[in-house]
Amino acid sequence: MSKTRVVITGLGATTPVGGDVASTWESLLAGRSGAKLLTADWVEELPVKIAAPAAVEPTEIIERVKARRLDRNAQFAVVAAREAWADSGLADVELDKTRLGVAIATGIGGLLTTLANYDALRNGPRRVSPLAIPMLMPNSAAANVGLELGALAGVQTPVSACASSNEAISLAADQIRLGRADIVVAGGAEGSIAGLPLAAFGQMMALSRRNDDPERASRPWDVDRDGFLLGEGAGVLVLETYEHAVARGAKIYAEFAGSGITADGHDIVQPDPTGSGAERAMLQALREGDLTAADVVHINAHATSTPVGDVAESVAIRKALGSAADQAVATAPKSMFGHLLGAAGAVESIATVLALHHRVVPPTINLDKVDDGVDLDIATEPRKLGDGDLAALNNSFGFGGHNVALAFKSI
Amino acid sequence: MASTEEIRSNLAEIVNEIAGIPVEDVQLDKSFTDDLDVDSLSMVEVVVAAEEKFSVKIPDDEVKNLKTVGDAVAFIERAQNG
Repeated sequence: MSKTRVVITGLGATTPVGGDVASTWESLLAGRSGAKLLTADWVEELPVKIAAPAAVEPTEIIERVKARRLDRNAQFAVVAAREAWADSGLADVELDKTRLGVAIATGIGGLLTTLANYDALRNGPRRVSPLAIPMLMPNSAAANVGLELGALAGVQTPVSACASSNEAISLAADQIRLGRADIVVAGGAEGSIAGLPLAAFGQMMALSRRNDDPERASRPWDVDRDGFLLGEGAGVLVLETYEHAVARGAKIYAEFAGSGITADGHDIVQPDPTGSGAERAMLQALREGDLTAADVVHINAHATSTPVGDVAESVAIRKALGSAADQAVATAPKSMFGHLLGAAGAVESIATVLALHHRVVPPTINLDKVDDGVDLDIATEPRKLGDGDLAALNNSFGFGGHNVALAFKSI
Repeated sequence: MASTEEIRSNLAEIVNEIAGIPVEDVQLDKSFTDDLDVDSLSMVEVVVAAEEKFSVKIPDDEVKNLKTVGDAVAFIERAQNG
């Protein structure tokens, strides 16, 4: 079966380092951290008092009455989707909306709504909001984006923890390649900076406790890394058939080449130290994109700054690419914006697409001394990419042993 | 005791907060659904907020009778006097 060509024609993001794509990209190139010491009163008892909150509050952008009917994660999704849609130019094109789909993922869903309404329940069932269910359901962000755009070709919400939004992008490409849609608005959103997740991830020893130096806390691949930094926000990409994009004279950022989805089959939270599942995901993505290891010039790594995960991924990259890994520039933007969980893959896919588009890889910050177990060419300053046809990989892995690698090509 | 106009004005603020309807549009003859476009979930929020604001109980089976702003204001007046 010949594959339908799928391209990226619109980008939208709201992240801890910028309220839109342009400011986020500028911060990434400048090596700017979005980490902060949290000052809310609920932070006091927590062992982890740092996170990477969104640079711009979504309520500054969304109309007040609409915003109060959306959980924070859906607010982020709507902000990013509006930007991506405007960027694509599709707002000015007459569209058959039965050919327009949405795939917006989340890792946790409407957690803040769940918590707020559980608190309200203590004062009686009458105090629970009638909007609680449509706000807390995990598909709420996708559904609200679908409503905004009038998308009628199906609205989907893949959930696979921190691999969720890479899975959404893969699903979007599948929908297009299976002929079910011409355009799919895909990505992920997360808004879970609250006491419960910080306490729970903290109990797993998954979070950095560098409370005295937040901006240095997220340090993927560094010998002194001690866990991830919780971020929040959203990333949304417009995926479209190449034919449709060319016919309307659209700006094309890059081409979606292929995806690889595998499971570790190892443990509910620990990554397989052999990296076998991640390796298979990367190889599958390259194979689906008719690419070889030698085509890969850049890897946007999952690299969350956890002791075990960063090394396992490095091993997997080495196994997947072999000696070709020497000429693939790796980077870990989580060093700057932290871990956006179900939005991580989408925001990092945007960074990957922009790296191909602008031919420059943003740096990894806080990498003072590389762990001995890590054998990668890591950009610690912005690194220029060469001319010609380039390919890049974006990895996302999630609790549950989910691995989703995406391959993109320059255009 | 609050006057009809005071109740209408306070109710208008609640409707504005929840549904974004301009306060001056929330007049006694206006239907919540047909004129003001307040959907059923927002109506539940309005009812709960009104109960708190006016210290009254508005039973669930009474809500369907509150078609206009005037119906609601009259119910609140009766409940406060009762």
